[in-house]
Amino acid sequence: MFGTYLRRELLGRRRQTIIIAIGMALAIALVIIVNSVAAGVKNAQAEVLQSVYGVGTDITVTQPVSAPTTTGGDAAGGQGGQRFAFGGNDGTKSGTSRKVDSSRLSVGFGTNTLADSALAKVEATSGVTGASAVLSLTNTSFSGTLPDFSQGQQGGRDAQGGKSTQSGGTGGSSFSVNSFSVMGITPGGKAVGPIASTALAKGRTLTSSDKGDKVAVLDASYAKSKSLSVGGTLNIGGKDFTIVGTVKPTGSDSATASNVYIPLDVAQTLSSEANKVTTIYVSANSASDVDGLKASLQKTLPKATVSTQADLASSVSGSLGSASQLVSNLGTWLSVIVLAAAFLIAILFTISGVTRRTREFGTLKAIGWSNGRIVGQVAGESVVQGVIGGVVGVVVGLAGVFIVNVVSPTLTGGVSSGGIGGALADGARRAFGGGAGGGSAAPTGGTGGGFGGAGATGGTGFGGAARSAASSATTQVDLSAPITVWIIVIAVGLAIVGGLLAGAIGGWRASRLRPAEALRSVQ
Amino acid sequence: MYTLKNLTKQYPGKGRKVTALNDVTLDIPNGQMVAIQGPTGGGKSTLLQMLGALDRPTSGTIELDKSSLDKLGDKKLGGLRGKEIGFVFQGFNLIPTLTAQENVETALVPLGVPAAERKERAVKALESVGLGDRGDHRPAELSGGQQQRVAIARAIVKEPEVLLADEPTGNLDEETRDEIMDVLEGLWRERGLTLVIVTHDSAVARRAQRRLHIKQGKVREVS
Repeated sequence: MFGTYLRRELLGRRRQTIIIAIGMALAIALVIIVNSVAAGVKNAQAEVLQSVYGVGTDITVTQPVSAPTTTGGDAAGGQGGQRFAFGGNDGTKSGTSRKVDSSRLSVGFGTNTLADSALAKVEATSGVTGASAVLSLTNTSFSGTLPDFSQGQQGGRDAQGGKSTQSGGTGGSSFSVNSFSVMGITPGGKAVGPIASTALAKGRTLTSSDKGDKVAVLDASYAKSKSLSVGGTLNIGGKDFTIVGTVKPTGSDSATASNVYIPLDVAQTLSSEANKVTTIYVSANSASDVDGLKASLQKTLPKATVSTQADLASSVSGSLGSASQLVSNLGTWLSVIVLAAAFLIAILFTISGVTRRTREFGTLKAIGWSNGRIVGQVAGESVVQGVIGGVVGVVVGLAGVFIVNVVSPTLTGGVSSGGIGGALADGARRAFGGGAGGGSAAPTGGTGGGFGGAGATGGTGFGGAARSAASSATTQVDLSAPITVWIIVIAVGLAIVGGLLAGAIGGWRASRLRPAEALRSVQ
Repeated sequence: MYTLKNLTKQYPGKGRKVTALNDVTLDIPNGQMVAIQGPTGGGKSTLLQMLGALDRPTSGTIELDKSSLDKLGDKKLGGLRGKEIGFVFQGFNLIPTLTAQENVETALVPLGVPAAERKERAVKALESVGLGDRGDHRPAELSGGQQQRVAIARAIVKEPEVLLADEPTGNLDEETRDEIMDVLEGLWRERGLTLVIVTHDSAVARRAQRRLHIKQGKVREVS
């Protein structure tokens, strides 16, 4: 009888059934779409992070940047600002000018180092599966023509001696500044960190036998843009490195985390950062205990910054960051509001249905139906209405997710702080620092007017470098909204809960009807 | 057999209590056909609700075959109604979404009768009120008289000891009224039911063995 009565009621009161089901369906569809898109955005963030931090990295350890302590005229050059100082006899003389060519490898502005002994401490921490340390550096090269400083100094001496020469006033300069990122990695080290998300394109990767050797592996797209190939050489920090291989990103990114990869020990020596690293990448034993491991690592290395993927996800910027915020804020709240509205509609309609059916329930009680049977009947009707709404909602939700996946909007993501992001901001700052450094170099060479122009040129050159670095670190990800069985189970579960809630409240009202009053009220 | 002693029922009214039944003492032997008449608001329906175990008295006692209806809990009263007492209402009170046969079957649900037997008994009950061919019709597809027949079939399908009818012909024309009374009287004779009918209609009341008149909560026999 339960089934027959239920079926007849739902079919006989179609309008109510349809309205409750539509309300529930909308809510469930929205929950599915928002959850699915949120999962998609999370995946996209993970993809962006992986391109920067590497596959399998759960935690990164870095050293926070301390406040600048430099003073006086050196402040403009700053902590990491490039400063090229050329002595009067530097470079090769060519007429009234000198050709100079200098290359420097250093830790980027805004990046601090920590002792590489920290790696051992990290590896010794319980819950760590693997860890690797890298030294992220920037190679900056300066090449071009400067006025012959020795002549300028000569002019000065002549002036002291009563003669006057105008050669110092010629002052014209022309030079270019290039920069690229260099990452010192442990050759043949653990597959954690940025190198884990690369695949060999040509040649070979660095192996443990490369320790101490001047060999480099290049990012394939960087190598192509600079017309460099395996077997060729690249000047890094003033030394020629043999290019032994190229690597490409494993994901959909356009480039790997760094332009050039060299053995860690060589990088430390060339950058005068002996026993120093910039980042330690850690993979955890259990994905569920990442937060616990973070706490342990923080205890082991109290001065370091320990970040989990979740911490890093919040640093993803660009349209991906906006999408993430949109989904987490608007999407979640919209789901909650629509779900609450759907529940409310179901409850109100059920209560109104019970009120309308007062005589019906009164009659049933009069002929001996128990309260439990009547509550069960009302609750059963509500649950089935909820389930119908849930099923329709799942279909609509899946259709919505399908549309999202067909449209597959492209999101752009970058990392706004730390890692490559730090190197980016750092590159931009160095453009300024470089210019200022050039300015401060002017009195040294005694060629004020000429160098003013040179400083400006230097600044321009650096700005370009910063821009190109920026474009290489931004990752474009096509949003793909995954559907899991759990999302569907939770959605249908919510529909059933909504139905149960409405049924419980409606049934409670029905159970409170006293048969005599119920019959009297309608007669 | 019903035994009512000093039965009083009061309802809370505006500022003062309304006495619907006032110290009623009454016996109704098994198998008797009783008509209860009286003016509107005189207490007819309240008395019927007391007899039907739908409500409890404010004071006094009421027994049906040794069951104290004034003392039993809701659950036991429900069980008693489900088994012993059939109701017929003025407004038919059929469930609009169920067919005639399904409406009749609802009376067998509390008794835990299996589906097949339920169906069989419902068909027989409908046949006994002359509606054997209307089992799959919904109430809205039936006339008032037919609806009341379905309601009577629902009341008798469980083979109760008592059949209580509250203005069973109040919504029907004279011809249909007589048909329904024929049905009720026929069942009473055939099954030996205790039949209590509340009615305004003297033509209906005249068909009963015993007539009671109730006014301002007081019951008196009509000779």
